[in-house]
Amino acid sequence: MAGVTRPEDRPISPHLQIWRWHVTMLSSILHRFTGIALYGAAILFAVWLMIAAAGPETYAYIAPHLTAWYGQIVLYLIVASLAYHLANGIRHLVFDTGAGLNPGDADTSAWFALLFAVAAPVGLWLLLTFGA
Amino acid sequence: MAQSDRSMRSALGRVRHHGAAREGTGHFIAMRFTSIALAILSLWFVIAAALSLREGTYLSVIDFLAQPVNAVGVILLTVISLYHMALGMQDVILDYIQKPSSKILLMLLNVLVPLALGAGAVFAVLHLNFGV
Repeated sequence: MAGVTRPEDRPISPHLQIWRWHVTMLSSILHRFTGIALYGAAILFAVWLMIAAAGPETYAYIAPHLTAWYGQIVLYLIVASLAYHLANGIRHLVFDTGAGLNPGDADTSAWFALLFAVAAPVGLWLLLTFGA
Repeated sequence: MAQSDRSMRSALGRVRHHGAAREGTGHFIAMRFTSIALAILSLWFVIAAALSLREGTYLSVIDFLAQPVNAVGVILLTVISLYHMALGMQDVILDYIQKPSSKILLMLLNVLVPLALGAGAVFAVLHLNFGV
């Protein structure tokens, strides 16, 4: 709005630095952050499919990186991001019905989404190491 | 807004194309439908792929993608993910990018990158199954 000036004495909306941190704020920020991270993960996923289709010689270039410690860390973070975005996404689908929006329920469900993001990759690791 | 008094443009001409694009509800519904589909597909893929690909070899990847159910699942996962993430990134761009040239460039990239990746990834899965 070029040319529009704000009267100096009027209050402005509080921004992130002003608000006391609470868990629903963290859950909202993390949802967007993991969404952007998963955009990158989807790019890697599509490229991985194309490299697999290109043949064994091409795949040999990336196979060592996938099993190396840094590749495993990236995969772990992708699974954690996906778990969080999935759990919080379901939370938002419940919100869309009008349920769970009061502060107490919203705080509880936010903590569950965070817990799931920590537990899911650990659970997957346990399944792979000790399970089937 | 000082020049508006002297402008030759009509009041209607000045406001035209500055309102809502009338696509918001479609965006909202598409986001919800794709999220429900992805909740199922991503959960299936992470567990199925982790169990099948844990050795990280080229052959394990080919064996996995050569199963018809897996191939169809991966194609669905890829296409729906790319659509969902483009919708989400559109929200992020519109929230944070104000400069019109940057906004238009990023919105264009946000269409072209998922389209190119989707075409490449679907072709890759088909090539792995039907290629020579």
